[in-house]
Amino acid sequence: MTALVPLPVLLPLLGAALTLLLAKWPVPQRVVSVSCLATTLVVAVLLLVHAYRYGPAVVQIGAWPAPVGIVLVADQLAALMLVVSSAVTLCVLLYSIGQGQAETGESAPLAIFHPTYLVLTAGVTNAFLAGDLFNLFVSFEMLLAASFVLITLNGTRLRIRTGSTYVVVNVLASMIFLISVGLVYAATGTLNLAHLAARFDGLPEGVRLSLQLMLLLAFGIKAAVFPLSAWLPDSYPTAPAPVTAVFAGLLTKVGVYAIIRTQTLLFPGEQAGKLLMVVAGLTMLVGILGAVAQSDLKRLFSFTLVSHIGYMIFGVGLSTVAGLVGAIFYVVHHITIQTTLFLVAGLIEQRTGSTDLRRLGGLARVTPLLGVLFFVSAMNLAGIPPFSGFLGKLGLLQAGVAVGGVLPWTLVAVGTLTSLLTLYVASRVWNLAFWRTPCQTVEPTAPLPALTVGATVALVALGVSLTVVAGPLFDVTTGAAVDLRDRTPYIHAVLPDGPP
Amino acid sequence: MSADANLVSFVAIGVLVGCGVTLLLERSLSRVLLGIILIGNGVNLLIIFGGRSGRAPIAGVTEPERMSDTLPQAMVLTAIVITFGFTAFLLAISYRSWYLTGDDEVPDDLEDQQIVRRAARKEVSTADLGGEPPESDPEQVDVPAPWQRREEGLG
Repeated sequence: MTALVPLPVLLPLLGAALTLLLAKWPVPQRVVSVSCLATTLVVAVLLLVHAYRYGPAVVQIGAWPAPVGIVLVADQLAALMLVVSSAVTLCVLLYSIGQGQAETGESAPLAIFHPTYLVLTAGVTNAFLAGDLFNLFVSFEMLLAASFVLITLNGTRLRIRTGSTYVVVNVLASMIFLISVGLVYAATGTLNLAHLAARFDGLPEGVRLSLQLMLLLAFGIKAAVFPLSAWLPDSYPTAPAPVTAVFAGLLTKVGVYAIIRTQTLLFPGEQAGKLLMVVAGLTMLVGILGAVAQSDLKRLFSFTLVSHIGYMIFGVGLSTVAGLVGAIFYVVHHITIQTTLFLVAGLIEQRTGSTDLRRLGGLARVTPLLGVLFFVSAMNLAGIPPFSGFLGKLGLLQAGVAVGGVLPWTLVAVGTLTSLLTLYVASRVWNLAFWRTPCQTVEPTAPLPALTVGATVALVALGVSLTVVAGPLFDVTTGAAVDLRDRTPYIHAVLPDGPP
Repeated sequence: MSADANLVSFVAIGVLVGCGVTLLLERSLSRVLLGIILIGNGVNLLIIFGGRSGRAPIAGVTEPERMSDTLPQAMVLTAIVITFGFTAFLLAISYRSWYLTGDDEVPDDLEDQQIVRRAARKEVSTADLGGEPPESDPEQVDVPAPWQRREEGLG
């Protein structure tokens, strides 16, 4: 089983090399990328089953034993993230293949899309599997380098403008991460996460706190937590729809994953809990107020993306098992739903040529299917009862109530308010874009490509099915959260003979 | 290789990163690029000093107690390559920006432009419908290029 662990990284990288070679033949290129990601999904499911039944699967690259060599660890959290991320990347890939014609321009070196997209996927999966801090840094750089190319695809004026902000902010975040890595190594003499967990306990309080804050700062920028989130709504919306969708779904969640991993494994206890809860509340509130003020669909969704990051940080800040369960469940829900919303926005753009709410109108009559897709995903995001958004929020709010105290109760109130405001934003989009009489006649363009619509329908179905499988999913997230709080399963799997 | 951490080296790191941050705050992408290079070098020095100094770590040539720590060196090599790649990409972006707009300055973002325009018209935000007529949609308005702005004395 351990032989499967490196495959989610190796397969997309291999696919990237192959698709680069096949640059001149679009059809084989597509076949290679789709089959790579489909296989990755299967492997991820197998890894999740293994982690759920038998505990973390660990592979030591090059057979160097743990604290010295590089380890890849697929515990329940990592495997769950792998499953969701591969499902989402596969759907988005199908969507972008369906949209193919729209993305080909005279100046578009389209051949680069598939290899870059696969490298991005490899970076994301590697970040989930990484068992040491430097490998985590390298995977962040992998996905960043790929994302730089994707966000400035075609090099149009608007994309270069937004891309330059994105590149500079993220390079700066990487530098902060790299400084933290250097300091962690100087302080402890190791970078292996399991080994660090043991060695951090012996460090002076001040050193530990400053390392924790440095890491939080670096991951906070990537996860777009409030004071560090200003770059996101400005840079995401201009990229092509599938690119924005996969960025929104996955890249910020990689940051959240890194926060969850390091906070639980390296810094157990509640040192940063209050700080995390305060920024979580601000993220929710400021994000959703930004969304209320927006009149462009893609920008609006970028702000809801920032806002809902707050829920996950809230769960981490609670630092109880229930809080972590809620946070992990919410990550799974939010990856799916935020990607779906951006894909729907892409469909609207393709159908009408605009995502500006001041121009859209009467879409429910023109394309009822689009209406259904939007309505289901928007209600899911807002947290209307049968959907997974409701279950995730309920779990988090209950965890907050269980902890009690001024700050958790404030956060519960802010969370509820944010949920209501999300509902307001969703209904406002519904009224403006779908229900009112068209203010401009929508030109009936060519029908939407079947593959594009199919991929979106699949993702909406995935989002809805999270409700159906909520029971088993809560089992897995609870298992993951218990393991995270306990720390010993992870440490024992990586260092079977105990930390040297 | 001997890399003893001392005050001079830490001052050097501080100066590199400090200058880098100052340059990073500039509007011009090529200065930002220089800033990133400086910060990157400062950070690489910091990592090198995180490990033990000593002689070349070759088994049979140096006894284990006198070997330098190799892991920071390996990390620095990786970091150098990554910074190099990012620098090249940023250089390409700033060239492209110069090619498209005649300058490599990073323009204001959409929100800033909207606020400036609204303030110029002494407008407050109106109703929920977005408030602005379509012609003030930022996507539809040609923002003057930096060189035009400079000529008009707006920049």
